[in-house]
Parts: sequence; C-alpha cells; structure tokens
Amino acid sequence: MSASEENKKNGALSKIRICDFSGQLAGAGATRMMAAFGAEVIRIEDRLTLGGWDIFRGNGPYVDERRGHNLGGMFNNHNVEKLGITLNTKFARGKEILRELISISDVVTENFSAGVLERWGFPYEVMKAIKPDIIYVSNCGFGHKGPYSHFKSWGPVVQAVSGLTFQSGLPDMPPAGWGYSYMDHTGGYFMSIAILMALYHRNKTGEGQYVDMSCTDAALTLNGPVLLDYTVNGRPSRREGQPNSNRSHYPPMAPHGIYRSKGDDQWIAISARYDHDWQAMSKLIGGEAISGNGRFATLEGRMGNQDEMDEIIEKWTSVRKPYEAMDALQKVGVPAAVVQHPEDRADHDENTLEWNTFPEVNHAEIGRVRVEGIPMKFSKTPPVVEKAGNLLGQDNDYVYKELLQMDEDDLQALHDQGVI
Amino acid sequence: MASVLDDVRVLELGGELGEWCGKLLADMGATVIKVEPLTGDETRSYPPYLNDEPDKNKSLYFWHYNTNKQSVTLDIATEQGRDILCKLAATADVVIDSYPPGYLDDFGIGYEGLSKEAPNIIMAAISPLGQDASYRDYAYTDLTALAFGGPVWSCGYDDHSLPPVAGGGNQAYQTACHFAVTGIMTALVHRQFTGVGQFIDVNMHAAQNVTTEGGAYSWLVARETVQRQTGRHSSVSPTPQAQFLCRDGRYVNIGFPARTEEQWFHLLAWLEENGLVGDLSEYLNPPSREALAKGDPTTVKQMHEVMGAVEALTAKNDADEIFRRAQDLGFQWGIVYSPEEALEDPHFRERNMQVQVEHTELGTSFIYPGAPYSFEVTPWAIRRRPPLLGEDNEALYVGELGLTSKELAAHKAIGVI
Repeated sequence: MSASEENKKNGALSKIRICDFSGQLAGAGATRMMAAFGAEVIRIEDRLTLGGWDIFRGNGPYVDERRGHNLGGMFNNHNVEKLGITLNTKFARGKEILRELISISDVVTENFSAGVLERWGFPYEVMKAIKPDIIYVSNCGFGHKGPYSHFKSWGPVVQAVSGLTFQSGLPDMPPAGWGYSYMDHTGGYFMSIAILMALYHRNKTGEGQYVDMSCTDAALTLNGPVLLDYTVNGRPSRREGQPNSNRSHYPPMAPHGIYRSKGDDQWIAISARYDHDWQAMSKLIGGEAISGNGRFATLEGRMGNQDEMDEIIEKWTSVRKPYEAMDALQKVGVPAAVVQHPEDRADHDENTLEWNTFPEVNHAEIGRVRVEGIPMKFSKTPPVVEKAGNLLGQDNDYVYKELLQMDEDDLQALHDQGVI
Repeated sequence: MASVLDDVRVLELGGELGEWCGKLLADMGATVIKVEPLTGDETRSYPPYLNDEPDKNKSLYFWHYNTNKQSVTLDIATEQGRDILCKLAATADVVIDSYPPGYLDDFGIGYEGLSKEAPNIIMAAISPLGQDASYRDYAYTDLTALAFGGPVWSCGYDDHSLPPVAGGGNQAYQTACHFAVTGIMTALVHRQFTGVGQFIDVNMHAAQNVTTEGGAYSWLVARETVQRQTGRHSSVSPTPQAQFLCRDGRYVNIGFPARTEEQWFHLLAWLEENGLVGDLSEYLNPPSREALAKGDPTTVKQMHEVMGAVEALTAKNDADEIFRRAQDLGFQWGIVYSPEEALEDPHFRERNMQVQVEHTELGTSFIYPGAPYSFEVTPWAIRRRPPLLGEDNEALYVGELGLTSKELAAHKAIGVI
C-alpha cells in the first residue's frame, strides 16, 4: 500500500469526506491540506468547460511544450491527494447526484462568487435538509453578507482593500505590495482552520454549521499592532515617512533592513534586536565610523540614525557574497538571512532539502515534478503529499460506482448526456 | 452561545513567534493560559503603548496578540517551577511551545516530559527551521524569516536598484502560526476519533517556502525565476502596470481592465464620460489575455492604450469613486487602503470588523479588529481583554492546582511565581 493509500485509511482525517467545489488557490489550498491529512476530498469539476472555472486548470507554468487542461503546473500543486470527478449541476440529474454526494459528506466547500450555490438550488438550508449535520464553508473575497458581497476579487484586490498592500513598501514610493497572491495562500489557511473547527464542534455536539469566510476580513486581521495604534492612540498608519516595511517600529529594531550584497540582484536582510546584537555586529563590521560613534550605542540613537547606519552597513555587505555575510553575522548571533532566490531555496538550501519541503509527485501526464509539501511533522499521523493533482474526471468510476452504487450503463448514459 | 473550543485548555509557552497561534484558538473559545516569566513576556515591552506610556500592561502590541488569554507567572528554570508546570500540563489538552528547539527538553519539560504527566496531550512546537534542523539555533526575526523563506524575493519595485521589500505586520510569524493552528486542530479532531495525542513540529522556514505562489512553482515546474514588479505579481516576463494613482493621492489596483465584451463596453462608456475614449473606439473587443500572452502586436498596442486611458481616468477621480464604480460594473479592481481606512469602510463595519472590548482595569473600552471568519453557530468573540501580568496566578495556582495562599506567597517570595 502506498503512503497515500495508507494515509487515507489511518490518517488524522481519514474519517472525513469533503464534497469540494473549491478551486484556484484560496479554496483548493484549503482542501489540499485536509487531503494531506487523509481526508477524502472529492473535487467536483465541469467537463463541458474542461474544468475551466479554475483558471489554473490548463495554465502555466508547464514542464515542457505540451499544453492542455491536465498540464497546468499550479493546478497539480494545489490539488495533490484529492479525488476528481466531473458533474454538471445545471442538469436536473446533476442536482440529484449532488444531493446524493452531500448526503454522504461531512463538509461542503466552495470559493465561488457569493450566491452561486443558492442559484443552483443549494443554499445551506437545503444542504442541511439533505444531511442535518453538514458543515458548509464558503470562502469569498468580500464574504456572503455586507455591501460589497457582490464585489469581485482575487489575491491582489484582497491585499489592496485590506491594508496589506499599503503596509508593504518604502517611504515616498508607491506601495510595493505583495508580489503574489499571499491572501490566496492565507485565505486557504483560514479556510482549513474554519473547516477543522467546525468539524471539532460537530464531533462534540452532532451539530453542523455554516461558516462565511471572507478573505478580506481575514486579511484585515493580519495587519498587526498598527490597527490598535489607530483605534486606541488615534495614530493612522498613512502618515509622513510611513510605511517603511523593511524597518521595524513595533518592536523597534535598528539596524533593520535589506542590504545590497555582492552579485547580481543579491540582497541580505539584517536585524539587530538588542544592544548586544548591535555590539557584535559593529565589532564584525569594524571601522571607526561605526564602533566609535556613540550615537549608535543606544536603541534610541540607532532608531534616529538609520539612514547613516545603513550606508555604513551596505559598504560592508555590498563587497561580500550574501551567504558569507549571513554566516559571519549568524556566527556572532545576529539575525541575518540571504534574500534567497527561488533556485537557492528550492535546490541548494540544506534546510529545505533536509525537511523535504518540496516533495516530488508523479503525475500521469506531466510526469515527475516537485510540489509544495506540508511544513509540519506529526509524531503519530504524518501528512502525506505523494499523489499528484487530479486529472479531469479521473475518479468518476470510484465515486459514482463504489460510493454512489451506479452501474456501468448509468455511468455511460450520464456521460453521453453531459451530466458527468 | 457555545464556543467551538470551550472544552479545550491550552498552555502557551515561549515568545512572540507563537502568540498569534494562541490568539486564534482563544478567540474561538479555548482557555489559553500564558505561562510568562516573572518579568513578563518580551512582547509586553513592545511599543506602541496606550498613550505612548511604556507599561507592561499597556503595550498595544501585546494587546493585539493576546485577547482572551489568561496569564500566570512562573520561572520554569527552577525545579519548583517545573513541578508546577507539569501540574498545569496535566490539566491541559494542548501546549504551544515557541521557545528555541531543545530549550524545554533540557529542563525535562519538552514533549517527552510533559506527555508523562498528560499522556494524550497535543504539543505544537513552532521554531525557525524545525526541531531537528542542522541550523536550528540560528537567530531570526520576522524580516529575516521572510527573506530566507522566499516571500521577499517576489516583492518590491520594477526598479531593481531598490531593495526587495518585506511586507509588514509580522507575516512570517503569522504564517507559521496558521500552520500551527491547522496542526493543532487536525490533532484535536484526530484525538476525538482515537483518544490519542501527539507532537507537532512546525517549521517557520518551510511555512514561508510553501507560501510564495509563482516564486516556487515557476522554478519547480519550469526552472524559471520570477522577477519583482511594482504593486503586482512578480513574473518571469514583465507584465503591464497594475497600480494607478488617483486624484486624492491614493492608489487603486487593476488586474485586467475588462474581461468580457460587456465589461469592455462599460469601460468605454466610463472613459467617454471623462472625455478619455480617444482612439479606443476603434477596438470592438476587449484585449485578449491569450493574445497578450503571445505578444500579438495589435493586442499589445491596444492594452497599452487602454492602460494609458485608465491612468488618465484614475488621475481625474478619487480612489474610492474608482473602486466602487468599477466593482459595480463587475471589474476586479481594488482600492489600496491603509489598515485603518479598511477598518472604517462601511462594508467592514457592517461585517463587525470593529469590536468593542472592555478594559475593566482602565474603566473604558477600546476597538479591536474583528473575526477572520464568521461561524453561524459558534461565533468568534473577544470575551476578555488581554491579561495583566500574572493576573490569574491566584485563580489557577490556588483555585485549581490547590496551592494554599501561604504556599503561593512562599513561591512568590523565592521568585518561582
């Protein structure tokens, strides 16, 4: 038995079945985690559009010149360890099948625009009538309630509207923002937490429930202590000289920044948390300008003279290779880390290699390719990432025949009618 | 109303790295007991403070990350302290440990020690590189973790003479904690089925590495490297500007100007209202994403002209007008709010993102940010303000562990509590 099959029998969540309409990253990322812990996640897609609602289905990156709906690199990553079926819920027969699926599931998940399941005739009340203890978790950019519930979003919009984009940047510059959909990843993490908490409550009480996850709500809570600085002290974060997110005010640390290193687009991050970090660092960097300068001796002095200090530090970093500077600083206990390029951290970083941060899966069409692993080890029920992302409709036989007890003729007819 | 985790008791040991994890559990009803050194957790000394007056009970940094928790003081470096910790652990379901790897083990109160007192306990240890990493003792901050783990590489400006940028708000710690909470909840559900607890090793570096989207996939799948760009996704090949300055000095983020024919005509009409339609009227269809990706010269030119017109449109209007109008037309556009502007927006107010929290010790209440998810039956809630240092010593040590008031005083006198 493969590790994946074993995990589906004896994993932490192997008793859980999820009827999963979620996709892209904000949704697929959540059920991916459930699947890695052994849950049976049945990902439902539409055959007529070749699963095209999920923009990652056939999109790059690709391993080679081939293109197609089963060849999307991101889709494979986001859907490891899941089952995949096709079902068209616009047909009456499709709706009947969905009712049957809900009746044997613990959780229904989706990250459509607000109102889609209602339009199909499956609001939470209907699901609850089918399966009284069903859990329904929706994840939507602005939630299912409130003035903006009809607004459209994706990661960058969530990040912009919540304050996260604003909080990433250098002074007197436009916001730098997040150079990827941080909130699609993180919205997925919150969605996983929501599913698990609702399961815990159901196991305890027998009661299911509906969870309305709004990615922008979740993002807003991630802004950190600046929110209370505003609500309590009345100090807005939109003010002169702010944001300057490579520096740290809460807590105050200086020096604290990202400095040029030797090489092409090479950078190193350095933070001095305490006076002794600074002393160790200035001893290493040396020079009269730094060690003899009493203004830098206290945190207050350092916070007020960062531009000057940064210039001195960059003179030292810019003539050193990034890993050499990192090692030298770490050796004297100073937090320092290379701004690792994707190749550095995926292929050469001992820490990621030791942990198997990016395990390899064998995809029937893509071939062998690495994907994101799980950054946790469990002593008794370890997560497994072994089985590649689902091909379109690859598990129709198992789900329709074994779980829903249809026969071959039924299946063929449904296929011919375009229902599955 | 019932809380999801009202039957779950958590001990929170360690520092700033694990506080968000404890808060997420506490806000859903868990009893989270912070076991602090006698001088208090380091984060009590982090500004900003209420009215900017330094005080261990008035740090807004501490407040933000410690709602609903209880606080006891305990010197776990003493033998008596460790005995008390073991007694506390015997009453707990979960331990969060963000001390450096091995720190608790050296005192005999790591997972091995504590699980003797509490056999089915779940312990989540959050650390920079994992418990057994070769470099497990390396020094870190949120900034260096974001740099080392990948996020920083993808963020910054088109101008690469400027350094890449780390997003603010302690995102490396928070990301590690999102996994820790997921791990703890998974283990709790597993324990409901089997009665068995376990140890969870949460690796902050790995957590960053799997939270970078294209930064990782482009390399893993295609051996290509994304490059940072101002206010939009990092990309292997450059993509059009997405962030535009509005009349009021704020920005809006615009992914793709219009995706359907209907949206395209809405956009043209909007531009026309502003006298900006110019040469665009010769295009009947929206620019095609596919043609653009293939570099089709007509589409590239069209896109360039559209974006020029959009830039003029935003310059003539305020950001919130652009945002609401665009969204009402079905465009995926967003205003770049500061955190406080988001908090004040009517949508977030209606979704209760401003929550009043009573601070009985100050005779007043303050607004805290609200729930990250909206549970119908078992809602998120702030039931109690963050704890004063050692506020629950008496209730827990005397009330629950059965120390006499005299013993408590004696432990205080010798610096154990």
